[in-house]
Amino acid sequence: MPKDLSIKKVLVIGSGPIVIGQAAEFDYSGTQACRSLKEEGVEVVLVNSNPATIMTDIGMAHYTYIEPLTIDFIEKVIEKERPDSIIAGMGGQTGLNLSCELYDSGILDKYHVRVIGTSIESIKEGEDRDSFKKLMEKTNQPIVESEIVTDIESGIHFAEKIGYPVIVRPAYTLGGTGGGIAETEDELKEILSQGLHLSRVGQVLLEKSIKGWKEIEFEVMRDGAGNCITVCSMENVDPVGVHTGDSIVVAPAQTLSDREYQMLRSAAINIINSIEIKGGCNVQFALDPNSYNYAVIEINPRVSRSSALASKATGYPIAKVAAKIALGFNLDEIKNAVTGKTFACFEPVIDYVVLKIPRWPFDKFHSAKRTLGTKMMATGEVMAIGNSFEAALLKGVRSLEIGQYGLERKSSKIKSIDELKKSVQVPDDERIFDLAEMLRRDYRVEKVCQITGMDSFFVNKIKKIVDMEEELKELSLDKITESSLRYYKKKGFSDKAISKFIKCSPPDIYELRKKYNIIPSYKMVDTCAGEFEAVTPYYYSTYDEENEAVIKNNKKVMVIGSGPIRIGQGIEFDYCSVHSVMALKKAGIETIIVNNNPETVSTDFDTSDKLYFEPLTEEDVLNIVEIEKPDGVILQFGGQTAIKLANFFDEMNIPIYGTKPEQIDAAEDREKFDEILETLGIRRPKGKGVWSVEEGVKVANELTYPVLVRPSYVLGGQGMEITHNQEELVLYLTDAFSKDSKNPVLIDRYLCGREIEVDAICDGEDVYIPGIMEHLERAGVHSGDSISIYPPQNISDNIKEQIMDVTKKMAVALKVIGMINIQFIEYKGELNIIEVNPRSSRTVPYISKVTGVQVIDIATRVMLGEKLKDMGYGTMIAKESDVIAVKVPVFSTEKLPQVEVSLGPEMRSTGEVLGLGYTFENALYKGFKAAGMTIPKPGSTILATIRTKDHELFAKTAEKLSKLGLKFMATEGTAKTLKEHGISVQTVKKISEGIPNILDIIRSGVIDLVIDIPQKSNDVGSDSFKIRRGAVESSVSMITSIDTAEAMAEVIAAEINEDKLKLFDIGKDLNK
Amino acid sequence: MEKTIKAELILENGARFKGNAFGYIKETVGEVVFTTSMTGYQETMTDPSFAGQIVTMTYPLVGNYGINLEDMESDRPYLKGFVVREKCDLPNNWRCEMELEGFLRQYKIMGLEGIDTRALTRCLRDNGTMKGIITTRVGDLTASQIKQKFDTYTNKDAVKEVTPKEKYVMSGSGTHLAVLDCGIKRGILRDLNKRGCKLTVFPAFTSAEEILDTNADALFLGNGPGNPKDIPEVIETVRKLIESGKPVLGICLGHQLISLALGCNTSRLKFGHHGGNHPVKDLNTKRVYITSQNHEFVVSDLSDDVEATFINVNDGSIEGIRHKSKPVYSIQFHPEAAPGPLDTQFLFDRFLKFIEEVK
Repeated sequence: MPKDLSIKKVLVIGSGPIVIGQAAEFDYSGTQACRSLKEEGVEVVLVNSNPATIMTDIGMAHYTYIEPLTIDFIEKVIEKERPDSIIAGMGGQTGLNLSCELYDSGILDKYHVRVIGTSIESIKEGEDRDSFKKLMEKTNQPIVESEIVTDIESGIHFAEKIGYPVIVRPAYTLGGTGGGIAETEDELKEILSQGLHLSRVGQVLLEKSIKGWKEIEFEVMRDGAGNCITVCSMENVDPVGVHTGDSIVVAPAQTLSDREYQMLRSAAINIINSIEIKGGCNVQFALDPNSYNYAVIEINPRVSRSSALASKATGYPIAKVAAKIALGFNLDEIKNAVTGKTFACFEPVIDYVVLKIPRWPFDKFHSAKRTLGTKMMATGEVMAIGNSFEAALLKGVRSLEIGQYGLERKSSKIKSIDELKKSVQVPDDERIFDLAEMLRRDYRVEKVCQITGMDSFFVNKIKKIVDMEEELKELSLDKITESSLRYYKKKGFSDKAISKFIKCSPPDIYELRKKYNIIPSYKMVDTCAGEFEAVTPYYYSTYDEENEAVIKNNKKVMVIGSGPIRIGQGIEFDYCSVHSVMALKKAGIETIIVNNNPETVSTDFDTSDKLYFEPLTEEDVLNIVEIEKPDGVILQFGGQTAIKLANFFDEMNIPIYGTKPEQIDAAEDREKFDEILETLGIRRPKGKGVWSVEEGVKVANELTYPVLVRPSYVLGGQGMEITHNQEELVLYLTDAFSKDSKNPVLIDRYLCGREIEVDAICDGEDVYIPGIMEHLERAGVHSGDSISIYPPQNISDNIKEQIMDVTKKMAVALKVIGMINIQFIEYKGELNIIEVNPRSSRTVPYISKVTGVQVIDIATRVMLGEKLKDMGYGTMIAKESDVIAVKVPVFSTEKLPQVEVSLGPEMRSTGEVLGLGYTFENALYKGFKAAGMTIPKPGSTILATIRTKDHELFAKTAEKLSKLGLKFMATEGTAKTLKEHGISVQTVKKISEGIPNILDIIRSGVIDLVIDIPQKSNDVGSDSFKIRRGAVESSVSMITSIDTAEAMAEVIAAEINEDKLKLFDIGKDLNK
Repeated sequence: MEKTIKAELILENGARFKGNAFGYIKETVGEVVFTTSMTGYQETMTDPSFAGQIVTMTYPLVGNYGINLEDMESDRPYLKGFVVREKCDLPNNWRCEMELEGFLRQYKIMGLEGIDTRALTRCLRDNGTMKGIITTRVGDLTASQIKQKFDTYTNKDAVKEVTPKEKYVMSGSGTHLAVLDCGIKRGILRDLNKRGCKLTVFPAFTSAEEILDTNADALFLGNGPGNPKDIPEVIETVRKLIESGKPVLGICLGHQLISLALGCNTSRLKFGHHGGNHPVKDLNTKRVYITSQNHEFVVSDLSDDVEATFINVNDGSIEGIRHKSKPVYSIQFHPEAAPGPLDTQFLFDRFLKFIEEVK
């Protein structure tokens, strides 16, 4: 059927802030969907609370609302825009759930909005546990037998029926606490009684154990006529038990014979046919490695992380095609955009190996429990393409940016074989290295497979890499022959790895490669294994004979992407990279992107003229530069990942657009930076780099406590802390120097003032500031974790003048060409500078959207040589908007057991949302709502536990709220102060004081908001820590900064009527 | 580094691909084709349609799950050579009984690995199917030796090579089919037999009379190697069978032979259709199915009393025909899959229903 002409205006719901389990992949799919709908002349209304995305860019949809993703707000959008249709599956689980709620609550009916694409009935059939079970029965598909039990007897009865071992999963406990595998009835009794006790609702799910089964996924598409195709199969290298988001995944499936493959493929197609999917769907299977038995684990009737991976792995644009199907097109009516000739109704074939490796946040969260299980913990992922498994794995490992270029890892080498054996049985982020180390010690492959459940196909491949590493160790620079070097390069080893093993330097290998002409050739990802010519392909490197990259001689610029999403380097940098490419395209310049993140818009096949899906290491990027010979590269938009390459590029005489590497150094090198500040007469908090504990103590005494301490080279405030006394300082320094004695620790006086941040563009002479942002929380909270307000509400004109003055001086002195980000503290009326980043920052997408200034576009043009004045930006600062925009951070700490929750100098948030309003309170209200915070109302109960220092301050706030009818519970000290102020408060027991204590109360669900202001920000294991964990794990909203608490009080006091809040179409209602 | 025996593939256009020999190491000449199937190398190798050909797998890792005795599509591999990017030496699967290399060695088939298979695929795509030589005499063959090898290569007798020597019967209680075996895959027989069909399988060059003597309900022609025009005697047999008024059904080569017997033409595709991802549209229902395909030749120029039933969505080529008045029905693709998607299995039921309706 061709396009359904009755569809004229479609509502698309985004996935909201980046959280673990829902990351940039939905920006990618949402953006693709919006474009795909627009292509067909349909009007698009978009709602998404996440300002850091490309999809919420002005112009991506016809009407763009960055509003909270709640059904109330979405109803308001529907009421205002009157879309005739809604497409449910583009915004992840969030979008799907909201669509179902809108449907169930009758809102869709009320406004005559129909669901296009997969229907709500179909979605529910796949999503709801019970109907899924029925569906599987109806389609004759096996599932893992399971039952919810509430007592031990029925548990034992069920286990007898399905046979041991059984998996015990208590309901509503985080990370599977209290669960386990029972091999016998006795074990079951023990685990079950514990599980029943720990579950808040006294329920435990018993499940037949399929431990060791293979986990296979299929991405399937179906159109309204019933045509079905599978886009890609994927196999988890880790067997069932590790969340697929935390598994190393390979595409296509490697270990299935055609019979097994077709059996599962047919099952996937039967399932989507029976629930009449119209669009994309993901089907996950468990397959017994010793028979044809399999079980359907789950289905996701929407685009997903896996579908993003499948799209990037094959070149097949799933979201784009799904959007077209929703409009009524059939698969055979949609052109394959990659070949331009064939149609979307075919199955991609690939002639390479794709590997996805998750990127976990454990480098940030040292205290986290790293055990991987059924709940996802990775924040991002890398994808590597190679023509062998080994090459793909080695590429993937070096793409992770964890300092690994091979499989030999320090932390594994120091483990005994017993320790290794123990550790590989419990999957964690380092299992692959531990496993490699075991094989290196000649531990049997067979046994490794047995204890890990991994297929020997994969283990043998890992062993092959280990063997090659060992072979290399026997070689030396003068012994390595042309053919052997070529062999190891073909197998995927980087120069750096080879040089490490044969004990020489990477440039030695580079020179040798030049001598023997061992250079990579690039192959296309073309959906068809070369069967048809492709028009918009992308490339990966091999050391094969034929190079397919067609090199043009026109002007071209290479933009280096930011790699996997991690805390501190998120989707914002992808936004910047994509915008830079858009600006370059507009200027008629050929664009090349290098990136390795499959979740992003930057790696979509039609974002740049050419995409190289490659690791972002010096060697891999240099190889592309050497073949493409771009006029220059842009590093400013790829976060630290790209900036790290600056010095190397400089050495290799590769032209870098924008700020020169030595200037970047000047901003990062403490001494050079201080010199500049001194010359310019700019104030900064006093501080010094120290090399020993003694020196540190001395310096701290001079500066007076509290002091801010941090390692000298950090990203996202890693390892940064505020220490309040000598004891804390000594503890910190001792630990820091034991980890790294080669670098100094920086000690700064901590100024508890107002933090201010600017992003600015400089052309070397002039500076343009799109806007000044004020942080809600006082200094000490990482800028990425604080609530950010534009335009500033509490900054005097005098300070603004100073900010502009200092920004200009600083940018010009650092010879910045392009972006600069500066952070200030206003302390006792004086402006101090605390940090300068000569690159794009995470606030750029936010400030671009709320000011309407095309920041990256301007910066890119400046980097190419244009002058701000000539572009009409001679005014220094953009006119302030009359709409207030508040950026609120969003955390994923509930998904990471044992991780600190409170705000501090170390960044912990994974994403952000935006609130817009004509008043600060309105904007913040929306921001809180969008971030999923409960805003207490009269009658609500707040549980407070406040550090002594802030008691008085808090009492004033509490007084206000108490008058509004809010109730308080508090721990003893806090309660005492509140009572002194005449506030009625119920004192709760501390954890050590018996039952019910504060934790029981939090878990009981009577609390609407916890305000916990801790003494210090990182005190794992303390009562205070347990309270915070208790709150996040019970999904109770929490505030850990007194400033946030006060702001919340203001919002509550404003008694906002949500119905009356104005919605802003960011394309029309801002920056008029 | 591994010890290897160097070998190269030389194509008619002079292109050379250097790699390592494996399997049974003996120089070989064949028509070089590529298949894009990502699984099912064993079924591919044992599909008699590949007789006389050197087959390249576009998927780079081959042999991952080994070889088993169940997934054979005929009694042995008939291909002339097997080209892969990387053979798997340590396969794993619960049904794995042999390794790829040993299998090739047993059946005396030369393998070549470690070449840029994508470059080879692109070369064949751009230049069309060509003859090729796999030799361990790397760089040693003279131009005239090469020419001589190409000149003496012929695949005209491929069907003779693969067809059974004697007729045989697969018992069944349902429809009785007389099958003309020009190199039919076991999968087709299996799918028919599974549906209760009794199958009397004849060698390709059996006379029409002998076949008709069995008084089967219908006649069935399966796949097989080579150019259908190379076996005019079989086309003649088919013509007679059609004239008999019995339902005649065909798959792949069988479809081409039927078409020729009905006065249509066949022509050579530039580089064939080999793979499990080809979209085919049922012109009656407009539904599209993903099919398994393996053919060099295609039916073209339909005669007046023949109509197309299926077409290929990618290139519009004819994928199925029926006679407007006679009970003749055939398809180009492989509903039995093996390897490939099982989406068109229903066609076997359609075949049987078709016979039923004629009866």
